[in-house]
Amino acid sequence: MCLAIPGQIVELSSEQPLLARVEVGGVQRNVNVGLLDPGEVGAGDWILIHVGFALSKIDEQQARDQLRMLQAMGEDQLAIEEIRGYSFADRDGELDEIRR
Amino acid sequence: MTTIESTRRTPRFADAQIEMAHGAGGTASRRLVEGLIGPYFSNPALQAFSDAAALSIEGTRIATTADGFVVKPLRFPGGSIGELAVNGTLNDLAVSAAKPVALMATLILEAGLATSTLESEIEAMAIAARKAGVPIVGGDTKVVEHGMADGMYVSTFGIGATDPRVTLDPASIRPGDRVLLSGPIGAHGITILLARGELDFQADLVSDTRCVWPFVEALLSRCGPGLRWMRDPTRGGVATALNELVRSSEYGIALSEENVPMHDAVRGACELLGLDPLHIANEGQFLAVVAPGYADAALEAVRSVEGGERAVYIGEVRAEPKRRVVGINGYGGTRVIDMLVGDPLPRIC
Amino acid sequence: MKYVDEFREPGIISGVARELARTVDPARHYRVMEVCGGHTHSIYRHGLRDVLPANIELVHGPGCPVCVLPTGRVDDGLAIAARDGVVLTCFGDMMRVPGTKGTPLEMKARGADIRMVYSPLDALRIAEQHPQKHICFFSIGFETTAPSTALTILRARELGLQNFSVFCNHVTIVPAMRAILDSPDMRIDGFVGPGHVSSITGCRPYEFIAADYRKPVVVAGFEPLDILEAILMVVRQLNAGEARVENQYKRIVPWEGNPPALRAMAQVFELRPYFEWRGLGFISQSALAIKDAFAAYDAEKLFDIPGVRVTDPRGAQCGEVLKGVLKPPQCKLFGTECNPEHPVGALMVSSEGACAAYYRYAVYSAAVEAPA
Repeated sequence: MCLAIPGQIVELSSEQPLLARVEVGGVQRNVNVGLLDPGEVGAGDWILIHVGFALSKIDEQQARDQLRMLQAMGEDQLAIEEIRGYSFADRDGELDEIRR
Repeated sequence: MTTIESTRRTPRFADAQIEMAHGAGGTASRRLVEGLIGPYFSNPALQAFSDAAALSIEGTRIATTADGFVVKPLRFPGGSIGELAVNGTLNDLAVSAAKPVALMATLILEAGLATSTLESEIEAMAIAARKAGVPIVGGDTKVVEHGMADGMYVSTFGIGATDPRVTLDPASIRPGDRVLLSGPIGAHGITILLARGELDFQADLVSDTRCVWPFVEALLSRCGPGLRWMRDPTRGGVATALNELVRSSEYGIALSEENVPMHDAVRGACELLGLDPLHIANEGQFLAVVAPGYADAALEAVRSVEGGERAVYIGEVRAEPKRRVVGINGYGGTRVIDMLVGDPLPRIC
Repeated sequence: MKYVDEFREPGIISGVARELARTVDPARHYRVMEVCGGHTHSIYRHGLRDVLPANIELVHGPGCPVCVLPTGRVDDGLAIAARDGVVLTCFGDMMRVPGTKGTPLEMKARGADIRMVYSPLDALRIAEQHPQKHICFFSIGFETTAPSTALTILRARELGLQNFSVFCNHVTIVPAMRAILDSPDMRIDGFVGPGHVSSITGCRPYEFIAADYRKPVVVAGFEPLDILEAILMVVRQLNAGEARVENQYKRIVPWEGNPPALRAMAQVFELRPYFEWRGLGFISQSALAIKDAFAAYDAEKLFDIPGVRVTDPRGAQCGEVLKGVLKPPQCKLFGTECNPEHPVGALMVSSEGACAAYYRYAVYSAAVEAPA
């Protein structure tokens, strides 16, 4: 069961230090943060949630860097093709081949 | 593929015992109705297996429908069993293009049920019926021992006058027809799931239970001839309703997944639990298949009624693949969207 | 939804798909195994096969903990549930897995108290609320889930609960990968490595695959963009003749894994000498048992379980599908006797099972445009 989903910590529980109130797209639940180092996460941080436990803190900078790189990859691709003078029709043909 | 062919044959009911899945509105329910019940009752009105039965009394077209309600808990954010029972039956008539005329209700009550609880539900039924302008003209009440009926079960029966301007028939859909959805999906099913409290999730979400006749009435007056088929996607969700449609036709449906509206909380709960929002019950939405020439008018008609602002086209009828519903995402990735199998959310209506 | 939607962005996905199409060597056939059932599910759910070049073949691996659980162990769990005064709790996925005498859901219909929970902590809460009943949690899962079970057992001890136990069926991923690599039927060029398992174990455990078997392993996230990028990284390594472990899922997976989680596992669990896996047979050191120190919470010590080996039904080819030797439709029972409504094996039931993914989302390959 690898089903795990990113959620944001709303607040850490004051009575039970291992519990955090977490929100996933509008749904809230208490999540146990005992698998993370104490003090590693606080309100506003994003974590990966699996069966009611936080498995990992999301590295937001890594995520941004990765997306930026991947976005550029696609744009570089288009730029290269335009420089080579591919027409629109050719590019669609290539996409059809990809989808086959 | 054998899988597709095997689902087209009339299913035989060979299960030794009844399971929760048989009440879930998905494949198991279909097998029970078509494989066990249908063959005994066999008659033309039943064979259509639509939301309401079409009858003719001395030339006047009538629609009748019945529904049972076993929702747990009895009361939940946005509604209660009484309100569901009234709206549910009104909606079955509405999507059969029949103006609701009268309702009846039977109550099965558990001994020990607090009178205040019963009265709240009677009041909820009265309010819902009055809002729709439809009288509850009779019914029956039975009481069973403590430990049965889980508080109360309600069944409602409705009768309506079929609109002469339209003939709804799944076999009439054609490639190019548009699939209209009245609003965001999944609110009812997820609300019930959260209201049970077993999963310890909380969200700002309420059931979408409401009577959809006002929207249908607008559709009928502005584009009656362009309406091919309608359905309220209750148990089994949009996916099950559309699959049932294409299996009674010669065509398929392509859904544009990104066009399907849903509340954030529905999406969040489904991602958390691995559920598909297209399989979650709705109690205040409807689907309509509209001929392309009437598409703009139909959308405008629904949006012009209060509560219809989020109506949207989510897909279209296509020649291929036959009798299947396919989802297409933003980068051209496709997946087959099947009927609900099993029963991830029992007793939601 | 943040950290989900960005990784499903159609524009970026199309861009990476184009890059992948440019990168593959048209003269070459690439066989890439996605180990984790979650990846299999995501690939089908998001229609990724429609944007992959035709010469990349995805082979589905055994990383589905429900799928690899032998029927005998399901029977053992149901035997515990059948006892008076016992409430069996399990994840939703387990409810429709067939045991010899029926699924947990069918047993529930016949009166057994079996309840679905989202978290083992929910099972603990039921135990606290019902001191007169015994609550047993049927735990399954790879290293992703084992730490959570470990913390739950520790919490049960903290609370001094006397009516809670765990039926432990946790397995570890590396022995299964090794069994596949050693199998004579296998010809895998590279691996898309399990993302969430690795968030616990880190990436080091796969280094032997690169070093000894000379195959690239790219640990990947579960969104379509993650999987696509990971496949691209595998292909680039293969083209360059490299074999390294790489981490595509950097925003979640630390190279060294999760030390508190590993410590919790080490405190509560020990490796079984061997354990039976559906389809892969007995594998040594591949599964976890609860240590003696926590015997009070070990269902196998508290209850007599049948422990009977049950072979797969005739004709069922679960094992070959799990190893990636057969694709689901090649199993003789696929779609006929075995379908999601009447599953013969767990692969058709589990949300991460290859057969379920294939059946539910069955491939529809043609260039299509979404309706306006």
